[in-house]
Amino acid sequence: MRKVVTGLLLAGFLFYVGSLLAGIFLVDAPEQPRIVGSTILAGAEDEAGAANTVTSVVVLYRGFDTLGEVTVLFLAASGIALLFGHAGKAKIKKGNAGPGFILRTGGRLLYPFFFLFGLYVIIHGHLSPGGGFPGGVIVATGFFVALLTGDRVNIPEGWFALCESLAGVGFIGLGLVGLFGEAGSFLAQVFPLGDFGSLVSAGIIPFIYAVIGVKVAAELSGAVGRFYTSDEGETL
Amino acid sequence: MSYVVLFLMGVLLVAAASILFLKTPIQAVIVMSVVSLMASILFLFIAAPDVAITEAAIGSAMTTIIFVIAIEKTTGSSFNEKGEGDA
Repeated sequence: MRKVVTGLLLAGFLFYVGSLLAGIFLVDAPEQPRIVGSTILAGAEDEAGAANTVTSVVVLYRGFDTLGEVTVLFLAASGIALLFGHAGKAKIKKGNAGPGFILRTGGRLLYPFFFLFGLYVIIHGHLSPGGGFPGGVIVATGFFVALLTGDRVNIPEGWFALCESLAGVGFIGLGLVGLFGEAGSFLAQVFPLGDFGSLVSAGIIPFIYAVIGVKVAAELSGAVGRFYTSDEGETL
Repeated sequence: MSYVVLFLMGVLLVAAASILFLKTPIQAVIVMSVVSLMASILFLFIAAPDVAITEAAIGSAMTTIIFVIAIEKTTGSSFNEKGEGDA
């Protein structure tokens, strides 16, 4: 049985590699007409209104995929919560001298700037590179730096859960608003576009990216906090 | 600029290959973070700043954090007891 499965997997892999090689060497590939890319680049300014076209692709043109990604992240965070249980207090292991002076002082000095920069990346997602996902991760990294300083950081798990749930509901809700708009589809652009390139522009995009940022930040902060503070003994 | 790209690619390749020969997991994780950082700068050079910032935040910072905590939890020691002196 095992050999059969192994053989099947191997055959599938060989077929995959072979088809890739065939695509490289055998097929005389014509110049691919990049219809999707050029259409989006030509129309994104009028349709989506975001100065950063990547953001308009992520949030509007393939908004369903983004919803799927957020769901995957939610499931991963739920799995961590299930495995590690409640977050404890950040405590210093025995046999370990704890954070040194430089880490303690530098961490205390730096972590507000992590939060500030993460917030900036989230809010300016439709104007500059970045957006909800990296911004949320930066905020979570700042939270971890705050944990590393060895101070007694209170982990507000209830608030994290509340933010996460509200952000998820907000994402779906903002998508549903699109049903009542002109286009009449889920995650359609319904709000007025505003001035191209200004902070309040691009209609629905900054709001969706803001709720994604809140969700990612809350999920990852909670996950890292649980992971870092849980006892080794009870989880194994 | 092409020299910078070549240098970054050289650092990336050497770091990626050296992971195979490192002794402790914690060293491998740190070098993996270096690989990720180099990849992030290379993404910036091929005009993909969105991917670059995501790679820097997730690949270089978050993954390293998760790995380091996991190694500390599973082996019980990370920095001060074993892995420091024999790098």
